[in-house]
Amino acid sequence: MTAAKVSIRGLAAAFEGKQVLDDINLEVYAGEFLCIVGPSGCGKSTLLNVVGGFLPAEAGSVTIDGEPVRGPDPRRIFVFQESSVFPWLTVERNIGFGLTHLAPAEREARVHHYVKLVGLAGFEKAFPHELSGGMKQRCEVARALAVNPDILYMDEPFGALDFITRMVMRTELLRIWHQERKTVLFVTHDIDEAVQLADRVLVLSARPARIRNVFEIAIPHPRDVNAPEYLDVRTRIMDELGVAHRL
Amino acid sequence: MVRARLQQWVIPMAVVAAWELLSMRPGTHVIPSPLAVAKAMLTLTADGTLLKHIIASLFRVTWGFALAAMVAVPCGLLLAWFRLPRLATMPLVTLLRPISPLAWIPLSTIWFGIGDASAVFLIFVTCAPTLLMFAMSAAGSVRQIEIRAARNFGLSGLELVRRVVLPAASPQLLSGVRVTLGMAWIVLVAAEMISVNSGLGFLILDARNAGNRMDAVLAAMITIGLIGLAVDRLMHRVERSDFVRWAPAGAR
Repeated sequence: MTAAKVSIRGLAAAFEGKQVLDDINLEVYAGEFLCIVGPSGCGKSTLLNVVGGFLPAEAGSVTIDGEPVRGPDPRRIFVFQESSVFPWLTVERNIGFGLTHLAPAEREARVHHYVKLVGLAGFEKAFPHELSGGMKQRCEVARALAVNPDILYMDEPFGALDFITRMVMRTELLRIWHQERKTVLFVTHDIDEAVQLADRVLVLSARPARIRNVFEIAIPHPRDVNAPEYLDVRTRIMDELGVAHRL
Repeated sequence: MVRARLQQWVIPMAVVAAWELLSMRPGTHVIPSPLAVAKAMLTLTADGTLLKHIIASLFRVTWGFALAAMVAVPCGLLLAWFRLPRLATMPLVTLLRPISPLAWIPLSTIWFGIGDASAVFLIFVTCAPTLLMFAMSAAGSVRQIEIRAARNFGLSGLELVRRVVLPAASPQLLSGVRVTLGMAWIVLVAAEMISVNSGLGFLILDARNAGNRMDAVLAAMITIGLIGLAVDRLMHRVERSDFVRWAPAGAR
């Protein structure tokens, strides 16, 4: 594998006075798609927020390309579950939000490229309230990609969408990831989502979260969700989380 | 649609008719007839008196309101962000708010004498506390997730305010502007009756003093009503314009 993009060493964090993360050690490789799963409320989001520079670490360190993380950075963009697209801006202005330093022509070209990439062509002038939930998330992903970040932090980005839209969005995200080759840290509570998307799945314990296990998923895309190797990893992750197979 | 339009006019027409009947009663001085008021309005318009007073009134409201907005909106946004200054100033603001702006008339006359400055000051004390409250609640309503996203794109300080906080707060701010302008217009008339010698409030007083010209009094009152209505309509237009039409219906 290539060199580590993100190095997390002995990381501990607290949230509202309670220990949330305990001794997290992890390397994320450039261009890797890493999913983080764990019991509800275990600290998955906190981990992402500390790595993203939005929350301070109590102990340990997070370095990216050898530099310690000191705060949010336009080279690493967050995508949230609850859409954070700006409702007062049209789709194209949202996507161009982080591009104000560019010359207008270049900005326009970039916006146009990402509008097309996420499948929002024809909706450039629409306001977010005129879009469906899935389209808003497409807009948010495009806004993030437009600034050409190294890393995308995705915090249950499709969690608020209906089942079918979620499936479509996963396919779309993989298509975009294959084109753009960003490093992706993706928090989800959905084991299927993790197994469908990730190169590696990080399984966290209940709070305070420690790393229970890391599963490598070497199945090439597109992944057949009925293939034995897919079902095998899925089963192993469910066992690791202690989830029952029969209801 | 047409029927609804017609229905809107039924009550006003009935009022005018009743007014006409009332004024026709012999020996009554209660109220001049609608026709006399219309005539007075025409005369006042023709000789430029009405326009002169309208401009004087609008001038004061504009300045009083603009000064209040320049002070109260930035302060409101800051107080929404910073807890300590908020805790320190809120008791004062909540104490000042229930005081009728008219109670300031004696002080404003001492401080500013008779003239525009005094009236502008009264409009200022009318608008500022209310605008401050609106600005605070508007800033408080900005979604944290939007601030976070903006910071992620490298925004901070004034750029964050200009590109995220202000636009996100604008629907509520505009509601505040509409409410406050209405209050300012109401207070203005009273202010002009006492501390200046022009404007629509002064016109009302002057018409009474110059021989109980109730037709001119009513003409001025109607003008005040019409301008207030026009300003309100205008603000409604702005609130529905592109600038804020993205806002969820509840926030308008």
